[in-house]
Amino acid sequence: MSLILSIVVDGVAYGMILFMISVGLSITMGLMRIINLAHGGFALLGGAAVHLLTTHLDVAFIPALLAAVLAVVLLSVLLERLLYRHIYGFNELGQVLATIGIVFIMIATVNLFLGSTILPLGVPASFTTSIDLGFRTLPFHRLVVIISGLFVLAGLWLLMEKTKFGIYLRAAVDNRVAAASLGINTPVVYLVTFAIGAGLAAVGGILGAELLPIEAYYPLRYMVLFLIVVSVGGLGSVSGSFVASIGLGILDTAGRYLLPGLGTIFFFVAIAVLLALRPNGLMGRAQ
Amino acid sequence: MTTPVLSSSPRRAATSLSVLLPSVCVLAGAALAFLMFPYDLSFLTRIVIMMIFVVSFDLILGQAGIATLGHAAMYGCGAYAAGLIALHLSPDPILGLAIGAVAGAVMAWISGLILLRTHGITLLMISIAMTMVLQEAASQARWLTGGADGLAGITVSPLLGLFEFDFVGQVAFIYSVSVLAGVLLLCQILISSPFGLALRGIEGSASRMRAIGTPVYRRKVTVYVIAGAIAGIAGALTAQVTGLVGIEVFNFSLSADVMVMLILGGAGRLYGALIGTLLFMVVHHLAASVDPFNWLFVIGFMLILVVFVLPKGLISLPTRVTQLLRRT
Amino acid sequence: MGDGLAIVGLTKSFGGLQVARDLTLTLPQGSRTALIGPNGAGKTTFANLLTGVLKPTSGKIMLDGQDIGSLNEAARVRAGIAKTFQITNLFRDLSVRENLRLPILEREGCTHHIFRRADGWRDIEAEITELMLELNIQSLADKPVRDLAYGQQRLVELALTLAVKPKVLILDEPAAGVPSTESHLIVEAIKRLPSDLSVLIIEHDMQLVFEVANRIIVLVNGAILMEGTPDEVVTNDRVRELYLGAAHV
Repeated sequence: MSLILSIVVDGVAYGMILFMISVGLSITMGLMRIINLAHGGFALLGGAAVHLLTTHLDVAFIPALLAAVLAVVLLSVLLERLLYRHIYGFNELGQVLATIGIVFIMIATVNLFLGSTILPLGVPASFTTSIDLGFRTLPFHRLVVIISGLFVLAGLWLLMEKTKFGIYLRAAVDNRVAAASLGINTPVVYLVTFAIGAGLAAVGGILGAELLPIEAYYPLRYMVLFLIVVSVGGLGSVSGSFVASIGLGILDTAGRYLLPGLGTIFFFVAIAVLLALRPNGLMGRAQ
Repeated sequence: MTTPVLSSSPRRAATSLSVLLPSVCVLAGAALAFLMFPYDLSFLTRIVIMMIFVVSFDLILGQAGIATLGHAAMYGCGAYAAGLIALHLSPDPILGLAIGAVAGAVMAWISGLILLRTHGITLLMISIAMTMVLQEAASQARWLTGGADGLAGITVSPLLGLFEFDFVGQVAFIYSVSVLAGVLLLCQILISSPFGLALRGIEGSASRMRAIGTPVYRRKVTVYVIAGAIAGIAGALTAQVTGLVGIEVFNFSLSADVMVMLILGGAGRLYGALIGTLLFMVVHHLAASVDPFNWLFVIGFMLILVVFVLPKGLISLPTRVTQLLRRT
Repeated sequence: MGDGLAIVGLTKSFGGLQVARDLTLTLPQGSRTALIGPNGAGKTTFANLLTGVLKPTSGKIMLDGQDIGSLNEAARVRAGIAKTFQITNLFRDLSVRENLRLPILEREGCTHHIFRRADGWRDIEAEITELMLELNIQSLADKPVRDLAYGQQRLVELALTLAVKPKVLILDEPAAGVPSTESHLIVEAIKRLPSDLSVLIIEHDMQLVFEVANRIIVLVNGAILMEGTPDEVVTNDRVRELYLGAAHV
């Protein structure tokens, strides 16, 4: 019983991290039709910035987190205007290559300044404590992650359903030519979407550092994982990303707990079968 | 229905010579390199083996337009197969190559049946996932593969029973170059064949190929199996020449590197594959000897430059430059 | 030879929506038939049902007395039904000659050959030359298709479809997007098509339809409204109201 509970708690926390990092990737893929292999780089840069601020400059964790996310958002705006705007127009292969190039430069930059070892984030001591739920104890960190994930989900839902920007965004995902002809300023929608996605990736990277440790190779190490969430959830779908993240988080955790050694094989075989059967993902539509 | 007859056009003699051209160029270049860098033969051999691997990838990406990020799967299977044969059955190098080719082809056939039904991002994902499954399987099956330690101490008997593999690596180099020349000849014949033309048709427009009655899926599986066999040969060569096979043969970065090398040189042309590999390997060697991470700066900027400025690769550089000059 | 294409009670529905309703018609060998109708009348659906891109919900498609309704796309091409694409769909990086070589190699069952040269069949090369002469594009033989003017590309499109030697040729808007200065090339090419070939033209341009077709079928809401000679069609009140009227407003 307690094993099942552990799997569920760890799996859901893991899934929330995957969701925060991947949802931006899913929306940009659905909207701009871009395969952005550098998306995980935003999570890395967020984590590296927090590492720098907390361990080298003695900034407290929460302000460091906010500053890091802001910095990543600004950087993403810059990259969008300089590079990504052109990459949208490339074919699939060109996008893969250009974004691999970008991620290589991100990795090399982090390594140049911080080295290639695991970068600890100066998390508050309270993160590592356990809280007693009566029937079992739960690491406080897991709780923070799960609650943050739910906040992000709710925030995205409000943004997509209740704001004018959300209407524009959904219209553009649905049919960008039609959206542009309706007078929606798609370049601005693209820019804002890209920046939000990058910012969320940074949040996910920072909060998830305990489960997916921050180090220079981070974006390549977990790239496949993030892309799998997107392909399983279906491009451009927030709810699809959420369901896929939680599902994959629990599946992967269960695999590790119940079938140690075979967990990874089981995980990837399951994904390969699923994608072969449903090439557009769980909630994806035919392209 | 007319029965096809083989023509004997006057161009035939000239064109059959042009089939030999890439192989001849490679042999000449290799002879030159052999004389100029007699102490770097093991590095040169690595380049030659990589060329075989990249040429095999050109068949599927450059000719048929199938973009995958899991080409290391076939390379790795070939390497393990050749390593295991040499350790347990027979040290003959040619037999090892043949077994490596079969292993690569079988892997390509099994994975291709699933992969080639999909397109775009799904295809990329499944190809990555399959390679990861293989890596995990290789790391778990310790009794067979030695797990994370890999297979060590692979030795092969003298080539054709005559030439002992020496310490300097002369025999290994000549052996690899001969295999590359053979592979290039095969690829050149394939490219100028009806099958090769059909592949370029599939790359150009699969829907049109269907409309003229081509079984597109079957053609794709066929070329995937051929490319898999060649990739398996490259893996087998690596195992024989280095004496080692580890789970890194299934690394994602290997599949990515192969794609980068091909695009750098220019996909769809055999010379592009060769030039891209040479440049990538040499720059890698120089940059990595300073600091392995510096290398990522170099390759990152190179990639962005190629995609933005030279989408057809370095091989298109001369035409591109003349284009630019003419415009100004 | 056979008796052409006969379509009996062809019906297709997507969910509850009927996009082809009980279509029955024949295309005798050598006929020149035009299919017209307002946008959304189901013209493209009908073409897709004939070529096998879509599977009919019910009905029969008989070619020379054989039911080909269950065959897939590639098999129907081999049976003798070919269609040009509405938007030019060519091998842009290949030369005109290579573009034409592909369908002929395929028709002769040669594309599995790996150890022979693609240009190594003398009679196939001769046929390519003949085909280019027929469509008056022989001067473009070695140019990559990407460098051709759009009207020329439409001709290559037609040549590519003829190269599979079909019994029934479906021309899906053959003049779409062609500048008016070049459209006479298309009309002439259609007029020169082999006389034993059945041609079905799907076209908006009434001028072109009247020039090349001797029978017109009017399709509305997935059903045949009427069928007759061009004169009968223009004088029909319902057609004027539904189609010609709407087009001239």
